[in-house]
Amino acid sequence: MSGNVLDNEPILVATQVTRRFGGLVAVNKVDFTIPERSIVSLIGPNGAGKTTFFNVLLGVIDPTDGAVDFLGRRMIARPHRIVYESLIWLMPAVVLGLIAAGGVAAGILSGRLLALVGLGVLMLLIGTLLLSVIRPVWYQKRLARLGIFRSARPNDMVGAGVGRTFQNIRLFKNMTAIENVLVGMHPKLRSNLVSALLNTKGMQHEEAAALDRAQELLALVGLRGKGNEAARNLPYGDQRRLEIARALASDPKLLLLDEPAAGMNPKETMNLVALISRLRNDLGLTILLIEHDMKVVMGISDRITVLDHGDKIAEGTPEEVRRDPKVIEAYLGAPAV
Amino acid sequence: MSVVTDLTPQAAGGGRKRALQKTASKHHSWTIVVGMAIVGTLLAVLAYIPPFTLAQPSNAWIDGFTNAGVFVMLALGLNLVVGIAGLLDLGYAAFFAIGAYTYAYVASPFGNSIIGIPIVESLGSNVGGLVFWPMLLVGALVAATFGILLGAPTLRLRGDYLAIVTLGFGEIVPIVFLNSDAVTNGTNGIGGLLRPALPGMGSFSAINPWPYYVTMLVLVTVIMILCYRLVESRLGRAWEAIREDELAAAATGINTVTTKLLAFALGASTAGIAGVFNASKLVTVSPDQFTFIVSFTVLAMVVLGGMGNFWGVAVGAFTIYTINNVLLKTLNEFFDRVSMPILKDINFIELQFLLYGLALVAMMLLRPEGLFPNSRRQRELHTEMDEPGADELMGGDHELEQEDMR
Repeated sequence: MSGNVLDNEPILVATQVTRRFGGLVAVNKVDFTIPERSIVSLIGPNGAGKTTFFNVLLGVIDPTDGAVDFLGRRMIARPHRIVYESLIWLMPAVVLGLIAAGGVAAGILSGRLLALVGLGVLMLLIGTLLLSVIRPVWYQKRLARLGIFRSARPNDMVGAGVGRTFQNIRLFKNMTAIENVLVGMHPKLRSNLVSALLNTKGMQHEEAAALDRAQELLALVGLRGKGNEAARNLPYGDQRRLEIARALASDPKLLLLDEPAAGMNPKETMNLVALISRLRNDLGLTILLIEHDMKVVMGISDRITVLDHGDKIAEGTPEEVRRDPKVIEAYLGAPAV
Repeated sequence: MSVVTDLTPQAAGGGRKRALQKTASKHHSWTIVVGMAIVGTLLAVLAYIPPFTLAQPSNAWIDGFTNAGVFVMLALGLNLVVGIAGLLDLGYAAFFAIGAYTYAYVASPFGNSIIGIPIVESLGSNVGGLVFWPMLLVGALVAATFGILLGAPTLRLRGDYLAIVTLGFGEIVPIVFLNSDAVTNGTNGIGGLLRPALPGMGSFSAINPWPYYVTMLVLVTVIMILCYRLVESRLGRAWEAIREDELAAAATGINTVTTKLLAFALGASTAGIAGVFNASKLVTVSPDQFTFIVSFTVLAMVVLGGMGNFWGVAVGAFTIYTINNVLLKTLNEFFDRVSMPILKDINFIELQFLLYGLALVAMMLLRPEGLFPNSRRQRELHTEMDEPGADELMGGDHELEQEDMR
C-alpha cells in the first residue's frame, strides 16, 4: 500500500530550500516532496535543522534560497522585487496628485475642490497602505503576476490548507478546549465585523454549525465531554490531542505535526499513532511528521527523510532508512577506526 | 435531558447547545437594555434623596453622572483594545480628542469657517442641533481612520514598544491641536458648539441635564451591546487568541495584523463617539481636555474594573469618575454642613490624588484582576499563586482518566 501512496501527486514540493543564520547553514539545499495522502516523516539528531525546515514550510521564517510550492501554487521563496510593491501603492495617489497639480496650474482647481482632491489623495494612500498591510489573496496573486513576490505568512499557509501543531504545546491555555477548536475554525468561518455587530441570522447559524463541528472534532481526537475544561487544566496527552483538533479545525489538506509524541507515555503514544493513521485513512489527510520516537516514525511512515547538519542524508522507506549506514553514523557516531 | 428518548445524548446536547447559542446574544442585548434602564433610574432616584441632596443639588448629580458616562464609554472602548485584544494603548485620549474636534469643525461658527461650509449659519441652532446625531457616526469613522493610520505601521510592535508609540501619538495629537493656531484656535480651543437637538426630548442645555443624561444612557447601552456582540463573535475569539499567543493565533489562520488593526479601529471609534458627545455637552473643545491624564485614568478604570469584562469596566469607570470628580468634591461641603468634628477639617480635594493612588496600589496588590474580572483573565493572573491547587487539579484529572480507562 505504501508503494502506491508515494506515487500520488505531490501536494507540497520544496526545492533547494536553504536557510542560513549568519554563518550557520541550518538547512542546506533540501529537496522534499509530500505525496498526497501519505505520511512522511522528517527525522534527524538534535540540531539537524528539522524545525527550521518546518518553519520555512510554514512561512514562519523566510528561506535564504529555494522555494516551496503548495498545491501547485508558489507559496514561499526569497522575496523578489518587493521594492516595486511600494511604488505600486504610491502610484494611484501620485497620479491623482499630478493631475491635481496640473489642474492648479491651469487654474481649474482651487479652494474647496482642491481640498477635496487632497483628501482623495490621502484616502487613496491610506487605502493602498491598508491593502499592503492586510494582503488579501487576490492582491498577492495580482502581485505575483507582476513578478513581485513575498512569501506567504503563516496565516496564509493555513488559509491555503496547511495545519500545524507545535513542538512545545501552544494552546490558548486560558480558553476552554472547545474555544480552542473554534479559534482553529477561524479561516473557515465567513462572518465579519458587520454581521457580528448586527448579530445576523447567517452568523448565528454559522456559529451553531461551528460549535457542532468543534464537538465532532473533539470527539474525533478522543476528547469528548471535555469541551468545557480550560485547556491548561487538561492532562498533557489531552493537550497534545487538543492541539491536533485545533489544527484540524481549519480543514487542512496537509497536517504538519512537530514532535507530537514528545513527553507522552507509551499508552498515550499508542493512541496517538492510531489517531494519526485514522486521520490519513478516514479523513484522507496528508501528514508530515517530525518525531524523535522511532517506534512512532517506523510504525506509520510511508517515507522517511533524514536530516543531519542541515543536509538531507537519506530518504526512503522505514526499512531502507533503518539500514542506511549514513543514518546510523549520524545517530550513533562514526565507527571507531 | 432524560425526557428526550429518541435522540442520542450527543445529538440532544448539540440541539440544546445550538438553542443556547442562538439566544445567547439576544439574551445579552436584553439584559444590557434592562440593566442599563435599572441603573439609569436608580441613579436618577439617588440624586433626589437626602444624603445626596445635602451634598449638591440634584441637577448637579445628574450632570456628574453624565460626565461619568463619557468615561464609561471611553473605558468600554479601551477595554476592547487592552482587555480583549491585549494591545496596550497609552494614547487613547487622542481618539477622544479627534472625535471632539470633528464635531467642533462641523458644529461651530469657527470650525465652519475653517472647513468653508457654513453649517451653523445656514441651519440655525435649532435645526443645526440635529447634526449631532449623524456626527456621532462621523466622529466614530474619523477616529477609526486615525486608529487605522496609527495602527497600520505600528501594530507589528509588541507590548512595551506599542505602548510607547501610542503614548507618543497621545501626546502628539493634543500638541498639534494646541500649536496649529490658524485652524484650531490654539489654547483657547473652539467654542460656541451647537448643542444637540431632538424633537420630543426637551432642550439640551446647561441648566437641564436630563436630555444629556438620557442620551448618555442610550449611547452606553448601544456601545455595550455592540461590544458584547463583537466579543462573542469569531472576531472576539480571534482577539482573545492573539492576546494569549500571537504565534499560535497566526498558526490557526488568523490574520493577526488585520485583526489587531480592527481592534484598534473599533476602540478608537468608541472614543470618537465619546468625544463628539462630550464636546456637544461642554460646548467647547480645547487641547487641555485631552491630556495624558485622561488616557491614564481610562486605563486605570479598565484595570480596576476588571479587564475583559464590559460590565466590570463600566462599573469601574463610573466608580472612579464619581469618587474622583463628584464625591470627593462634595465631601467637603457635606461635612461642613453636618459639621462633623474631625472630618470637616480635612480637605478631601487636596487628598484626591493621594487617595486615588492608594486605591490603585491596594487594588493591584490585593486583586490584580480588577473588581469584576473576566474569568479568563483571572485564570491568567492566578497561575503561579495557585500552583498547589493546579497540582491537585492535575491529580484529579488523572484519577478521572483512570476511571475512563476502566
